[in-house]
Amino acid sequence: MSELIAGWPILSILTFLPAAGALWILAARGPMQGQNPGFDRGVKLIALIVTIATFVVSLVAFATFDPAGDGFQLVENVPWAFGAAYHMGVDQVSMSLILLTTFLTPICILASWTIEKQVSAYMILFLVLETLMIGVFCAMDIILFYLFFEGGLIPMFILIGVWGGANRVYAAFKFFLYTLLGSLLMLVAIIAMIAIAGTSSIPELTAFARETGFDPNVQIWLWLAFFASFAVKLPMWPVHTWLPDAHVEAPTAGSVVLAAILLKMGGYGFLRFSLPMMSDASHLFTPFVFTLSVIAIVWASLVAFRQVDIKKLIAYSSVAHMGFVTLGLFSGTEQGIQGAIFQMLSHGIISGALFLCVGVVYDRMHTREIAFYGGLVHRMPVYAAIFLLFTMGNVGLPGTSGFPGEILTMLGAFQVNAWFAAIAATGVILSAVYALTLYRKVALGNIENPKLDGITDLDSREWVIFVPLIIATLVMGLAPAYVLDFTAPSAQAVSAAYLGGTP
Amino acid sequence: MMSPMADLLRSLDLAGPELLLAGFALIGAVVGAWSGERAFGFLCGVGALVLAGAGVWAIVDHPGAPAQMFQGAMVADGFAVFAKALIGFSAAATLLLGADYFRATNERRFEFPVMVALGVTGMFVMVSAQDLITLYVGVELQSLASYVLAAWRRDDARSSESGLKYFVLSAISSGLLLFGASFVYGFTGSVHFDAIGSAAAEGAGGVGLTFGLVLMLCALGFKMSAAPFHMWTPDVYEGAPTPVTAFFAAAPKVAAVALMARVLYDPFAALELQWQQVIIALSAISMVWGSFGALMQTNLKRLMAYSSIANMGFVLMGLASGADRGPAAALIYLSLYLPATIGIFALILAMRRDGQSVESISDIAGLAQRRPWMAATFTMLLFSIAGIPPFAGFIGKLVVFTAAVDAGLVWLAVVGGLAAVIAAAYYLRLLASIWFSPPAAALQPASGTIVFTATTAAALTFPVLVFVLGFLERWADWAVSSSF
Repeated sequence: MSELIAGWPILSILTFLPAAGALWILAARGPMQGQNPGFDRGVKLIALIVTIATFVVSLVAFATFDPAGDGFQLVENVPWAFGAAYHMGVDQVSMSLILLTTFLTPICILASWTIEKQVSAYMILFLVLETLMIGVFCAMDIILFYLFFEGGLIPMFILIGVWGGANRVYAAFKFFLYTLLGSLLMLVAIIAMIAIAGTSSIPELTAFARETGFDPNVQIWLWLAFFASFAVKLPMWPVHTWLPDAHVEAPTAGSVVLAAILLKMGGYGFLRFSLPMMSDASHLFTPFVFTLSVIAIVWASLVAFRQVDIKKLIAYSSVAHMGFVTLGLFSGTEQGIQGAIFQMLSHGIISGALFLCVGVVYDRMHTREIAFYGGLVHRMPVYAAIFLLFTMGNVGLPGTSGFPGEILTMLGAFQVNAWFAAIAATGVILSAVYALTLYRKVALGNIENPKLDGITDLDSREWVIFVPLIIATLVMGLAPAYVLDFTAPSAQAVSAAYLGGTP
Repeated sequence: MMSPMADLLRSLDLAGPELLLAGFALIGAVVGAWSGERAFGFLCGVGALVLAGAGVWAIVDHPGAPAQMFQGAMVADGFAVFAKALIGFSAAATLLLGADYFRATNERRFEFPVMVALGVTGMFVMVSAQDLITLYVGVELQSLASYVLAAWRRDDARSSESGLKYFVLSAISSGLLLFGASFVYGFTGSVHFDAIGSAAAEGAGGVGLTFGLVLMLCALGFKMSAAPFHMWTPDVYEGAPTPVTAFFAAAPKVAAVALMARVLYDPFAALELQWQQVIIALSAISMVWGSFGALMQTNLKRLMAYSSIANMGFVLMGLASGADRGPAAALIYLSLYLPATIGIFALILAMRRDGQSVESISDIAGLAQRRPWMAATFTMLLFSIAGIPPFAGFIGKLVVFTAAVDAGLVWLAVVGGLAAVIAAAYYLRLLASIWFSPPAAALQPASGTIVFTATTAAALTFPVLVFVLGFLERWADWAVSSSF
């Protein structure tokens, strides 16, 4: 395989293939847009073909990738302007997040089959979004990273604002401005880092941090600026408030992408920049991050319990789960970091699947109110079974992908501070409380609401959506070693860089 | 020292772009007086060619090393060339838009292309100025043409008001400029930049010289509409006919910024510590004030006025950072800002309903559903001007932020970042209107010129620039390093 594609800019192809698909739709659009159902189906089909092709290309890239290799692979490096470079490359973490992205996007396109309003614009934005998401994980130049990182706001803003729910404009603004505020502070920090280290290449910056190191006082400011961006993106308590709004208002596929991939950019940022490049400051701020993490875990779980809207409940559960990610990352231990990476991947699949589950009933009933539902198991047995599986995954039941991440992050945190780990563990119990309560209210019991009498079970399109997610959840849960062995080199490298930075 | 005759001949050769423009203005006035309305389209077309041609001429006929003209009154150097090219091209674009617009509104008056050409002549003189007299003459020539253009519609109260307001306030600023210049002359004994520069370097004048400089900076701040000297901008932008506003938003800004850069980095380079404080203050106030001011606007042209105030703050951030990076950053910022501004004004010009121009934000509601292409170009241009990657405007912000951080002005960059978030809020309001609102009454189809201009501008904001950015950076660096 690797000989076959040697010399190909595989990462560029992977990154820009969806954008090329967007151009294809633009070119095919012609005079009639939005009015013609046959034409709309064609546009959806193009989007589906392109995203599947992107997934295939990512598999090719994965096949070429040497899992045991150190550092970045498949590197492309072309000098650009202003000292920056078009520098692409992947290591184990970015490779696995890219696979998550390319795996979920075709599913999102399928889930968007019910979109009827301005279909071509929707698909174009979605494909552009995929390009930007893949680009974030491929970029090895910090300016290039920023370009993709912040560029993702644009399609998401329009997706929420045009195709979202009733309160969509407010949610879109909140999402955009919150994230932009964090990002611009990070931009200033990025510029300062480049000025100090004299390079914008991520590997060189990491090497600089390891060998020379940024001045500890400067590090504190840099760290805070990066934290402002990643904490909002992840999101951490108390800057998470944009997330429930954005999730509730976004169209189903938008929620999936938001939860599954966009949130991961925050974790990825911590892993790529904060820990290895500002390890002194990271050590200094670890108690602070731990505190925020456990507050997120406990508080978000309690808030989730009180929600009346299914999507909002899952959104708060995302905040709680991201708390485990930061807990694991800032433990700095190999286990903790491994767990955080695993948790990011697993949460991508499970929360994505849960939002899709909400989408299924929303498409049928046009409400997400928990009280509206009940007893779905009688009318939709297959749906109820699938929903149960993902609910269990969300709780972190062993055998699903939710378990290894949580246990590893807590093990990691335990090595650093047993108290925080203990409080975090209560979060697992709380998550069982809210998730099972939700399941009971929605799926179990008798059908009280006569409107639910005619509700139908999954159709074939929805089957196609859920099967890959079920497989992924179970495989990752039953054989986590596949993933953990793969991501181990990256986790070791980050952990070594971080712990090596202890004064 | 060259003989006066040889110097004159050489100067006339180097001053080709200015002579071309002046020649066009004079001949155009005669032709227009002769044939009246009929000549309008012809003069606009030729005028656009002449303006763009003057820009190209400046580049092609560039002497390599800085060359003095008219016994040291003006100079042709890389910096002037860069600025002239920007001014020429943007003025040509706005002239074409204006021709289109005035034809549609049946106001075919030949004075329009003539006045634009005269104004641009003044701007060319400004950016090439090497002494205080030339500087003043250039500024005044540009301003006089602008007064006429701002008051274009004599019978329209808003237009007359804006002309009058612009005239009165601009006259005050010209007075400040002269007052400051007289201080500078008095304390250094010369009007020539070189002599002022060496006198300033030797410490002549002290506080008096600084005082003169600050007065001049205030006047130039007025010309480039930097807060707190921005008061005229929203009213003039709103009152002037839209093509004139488009013209005001583009070319004169470049001239004013270039002139300010030249004054700061050429004669007053030695006083950097003093003027840096002033420029930093102007920059911070402009960014914050412009961003907050724009939030409350409902008229697109007023909003663009505040947006330009904020953007001038970013340009000034570049200038404030001193050293080589500063002016180059300002030039790069302007080169990326201009196409977006002209494109947005092209789209505002395209907003016509029942033959009447509309310019309020609610008029573009639901554009995405009615006119997807126009909505898409609007979106790209607005995101670019807001500085959101991957659009070109982001590179502009990156460059000025980098210059500021390199100069140790991290806090100014942070202020800029916060201002950019506020600014993003009002650009988002426009986008929300375009994309999220139910459609307003349909707009008339746009003319070919407008569609072409807007599409070109949108293409320029796009990462197509990736291939051009390297050149742009090198040109700007060369322009600055070969001049100061």
